Amino acid sequence: MSAIISLLVGMIFGIGLIIAQMTNPSKIISFLTFGENWDPSLLFVMASAVFISFFAFSLAKKKNKTLLNLDFEIPKRSDIDSSLIVGSALFGIGWGMVGFCPAPAIVSLAFGNLQTLLFIVTMLIGVYLVKIIKK
Amino acid sequence: MIIQSIIGGGLIGTAVSILLLLNGKVLGVSGIVGELFNNSLKKNYWRLFFLLGLFISPLIYNIFYPVSLGEITSNNLVSALGGLLVGFGSRLGSGCTSGHGVCGVARLSLRSLIATMTFILFGFITVYLMQKVLI
Repeated sequence: MSAIISLLVGMIFGIGLIIAQMTNPSKIISFLTFGENWDPSLLFVMASAVFISFFAFSLAKKKNKTLLNLDFEIPKRSDIDSSLIVGSALFGIGWGMVGFCPAPAIVSLAFGNLQTLLFIVTMLIGVYLVKIIKK
Repeated sequence: MIIQSIIGGGLIGTAVSILLLLNGKVLGVSGIVGELFNNSLKKNYWRLFFLLGLFISPLIYNIFYPVSLGEITSNNLVSALGGLLVGFGSRLGSGCTSGHGVCGVARLSLRSLIATMTFILFGFITVYLMQKVLI
């Protein structure tokens, strides 16, 4: 049951990204551009997504179990450490270089060009490298 | 178009809410990809189904409307390096645009807010420098 829900959630999330045009790298790069060509779209996407999610997280805080009677797995960390800052900075650099973050890259894979595949492969290598260094 | 951003963001928030309130999971794509390497197949079912949903979302969308996602315009080297930094950085920093930017901000986590501001700031700096170098 939870696998089917995950499948549907992935589809809804992906279609949301497509409608919001967050799968278009040039749209992301326009958001990250100083000056008069700045495209604020991503802020509206985030605001809208955060607004709805806020109510879901508020509700989750009041419950012990989910509607399917499962446990909530919500991150508890609140420390601001160097991994958080350095990791986020490196992620921001990669994001600005190409205009892709992980989800839009995966959504774009089926219709993407060679560079999209290359991006995903090296992204997986990057993910794996963190597993190795954290050991 | 602002309306597209708001509808797309709304679907993203809906996906976050369903995954949280039914399955009890936080929708963070870099975490979902990264944890694939740390868990047994049984524990990974929901992750694989979620990623399958993301992957097929443009194919589903394309049944109803012609899909146009936009493409990476970076060259091979930039695409590969960008992917590496996105994968490595998002895992080291414990999250990307979905996990920190949407879910973390929606549950009012200072840690996620700082991560989000960090990757947006470094995204801006990177785009600025890339355009300086290319011109």
